[in-house]
Amino acid sequence: MSPPEALVQVRELTKYFPSGGGLFGTPRLFLRAVENVSFDVLKGETLTLVGESGSGKTTTARLVLRLIEPTSGTVLFNGQDLFKLAEDEMRLIRPRAQIVFQDPLASLNPRKTVMKTLEQPFKVHTSFSNKEIRDGVVDLLEQVGLTPPERFLDRFPHELSGGERQRVCIARAIALKPMFVVSDEPVSALDVSIRGQILNLLKNLQEDLGITYLYITHDLSVARSISSRLAVMYLGKIVEIGDASEIFRLALHPYTQALLSAVPIPNPEVAKTKKPITLTGEPPSPINPPQGCRFHPRCSSASEKCRREEPSLIKREKRLVACHLYA
Amino acid sequence: MSLLEIRNLRTYYFTSKGTVRAVDGVSLDIEEGEALGLVGESGCGKTTLAHSIVRPRPEAMQIVSGSVWFESDSGRVDVARLPENRIRSIRGREIGMIFQDPMTYLNPAMRIYDQIGEALMRHVGCSRSKARQRAVEMLAKVKIPDPLTIAKYYPHQLSGGMRQRVITAIAISCHPRLLIADEPTTALDVTIQAQVLEMIEELQKDLGMALMLITHDLGVVAKVCDRVAVMYAGKIVEEGDIFSLYKEPKHPYTAGLLEATLSIEEFKERLTTIEGSVPDLANPPAGCRFHPRCPYMTETCRKEDPPLNVTEGGRRIACRLYM
Repeated sequence: MSPPEALVQVRELTKYFPSGGGLFGTPRLFLRAVENVSFDVLKGETLTLVGESGSGKTTTARLVLRLIEPTSGTVLFNGQDLFKLAEDEMRLIRPRAQIVFQDPLASLNPRKTVMKTLEQPFKVHTSFSNKEIRDGVVDLLEQVGLTPPERFLDRFPHELSGGERQRVCIARAIALKPMFVVSDEPVSALDVSIRGQILNLLKNLQEDLGITYLYITHDLSVARSISSRLAVMYLGKIVEIGDASEIFRLALHPYTQALLSAVPIPNPEVAKTKKPITLTGEPPSPINPPQGCRFHPRCSSASEKCRREEPSLIKREKRLVACHLYA
Repeated sequence: MSLLEIRNLRTYYFTSKGTVRAVDGVSLDIEEGEALGLVGESGCGKTTLAHSIVRPRPEAMQIVSGSVWFESDSGRVDVARLPENRIRSIRGREIGMIFQDPMTYLNPAMRIYDQIGEALMRHVGCSRSKARQRAVEMLAKVKIPDPLTIAKYYPHQLSGGMRQRVITAIAISCHPRLLIADEPTTALDVTIQAQVLEMIEELQKDLGMALMLITHDLGVVAKVCDRVAVMYAGKIVEEGDIFSLYKEPKHPYTAGLLEATLSIEEFKERLTTIEGSVPDLANPPAGCRFHPRCPYMTETCRKEDPPLNVTEGGRRIACRLYM
């Protein structure tokens, strides 16, 4: 069997946001949101970027779809270098690479009915007749489990529940049969009883339509159930990336270990006996990240080398890990 | 006698769109020194229940009936009926509170030690300098590094986790007998959450205070609490010892919620869900409020609201299946 093909290849992606300073000769400050991040998203898989706030996962997601421009680096989508494309060429890519956001209410137009929202992609990107568009919308609603579709067509976002709204957002994302969907915390705002419905829907769509996902979350329990592979981010860097079940079985990077051990387990017998690896302090500011390994000030295994030298991702047991312990 | 006895409490919101029955006949006890978890999804009434105890009560919110008996230093009082000036001598002194969003409850223009000292000056009668000194001690107690420096900061200079520690320092400054914590770690990152939960657990044991932890996260409850009460649509549907309830949930909603909860310990190919969605409390279903989503629903469930009955092992369940 040949190795699975990469649909998205991210290489040395970097994004700095200007962040104050620069007035009257004070040095310009930059928030180093993402720095030298490289990874592949393989065809048909779900690669999950996990990390805490400020780790750069959402910035990475936006760069991958070119919703924002990078400071440097490249993203190859299906072989095409996205940042070299002109706007009209980008328009041809858009239907194939879509996104679902965390807050469905914020990403739906409150004054548009479900029909109006969902006919938009067809109107912009196809030459369908009105009848074809209506059929397309009805099909979409069925695909995302909003049945019978007639009951939903004329509703406004405020007339839907949180789960139903997210289904509409997913329907919009899959309208034009994308190959690739970025899902940025799509279930974080939903209740536990609804969360599973949406995750199952995403999994079913992946099987039926062969969609490749880049999934963004801070919730490791969700990551456990959705991911084929996992990339753990800390302060704008990937610290560990590999097969998800392997990482959950045995994390290598000290940050991944601490992160996994901090997740509360919904079983009192385990939860009350497990002693989490408590990290001291809080993540440093991405405006002025620590020298050497960015995790060293909070790492219990940090050595002199970690303070000086930044570790690069090295191969270890079928995965990549950026830590001097494994050099 | 229990430290807190909630009896048949009904707290409604009277809005232009109708009456929202957010807490609708809740009875619950908290014993001295125990950690009780109150879990439920958004809109189940768990925060309204907390506000019924200590307020603040928004204008539209009214306690329609029932009582909340609290064993205070000056005797047993119904805090639901207490006038505002009398609740002030209990809130912040005998009952401490921490909330999800600390920034809402911190004064942005006041230094940290003065915010902590305020409660001490009001309730214990400390002088300003004594209060400031005690405030620094409290900061050390909630494990804020370098408390002398941080004491002089303003809230905006602190991170979310640090603010939550400051709020906790304020809440425990007068050694309350009950600490009510409403989603204290929901806005925090998971590694910071672990730190804050550890701190709350330690304080609860050290100070011997009772804890009412309100959360939607069954993992957080499993770690911190001895007992758990599950709320659904304004009512408690099940309550019992943490170990037995997680092991053998009886109410179909509790069972469904536990099944639907994801854990990093377990990979699930297909996730279990509870069909349908949470009802609108302005117009809740008749009979058992869970019946439209319940796999064991019978004709009786549509019509009759099941009471919360005590069953073997002290478990309380509100379901026809266990009557």
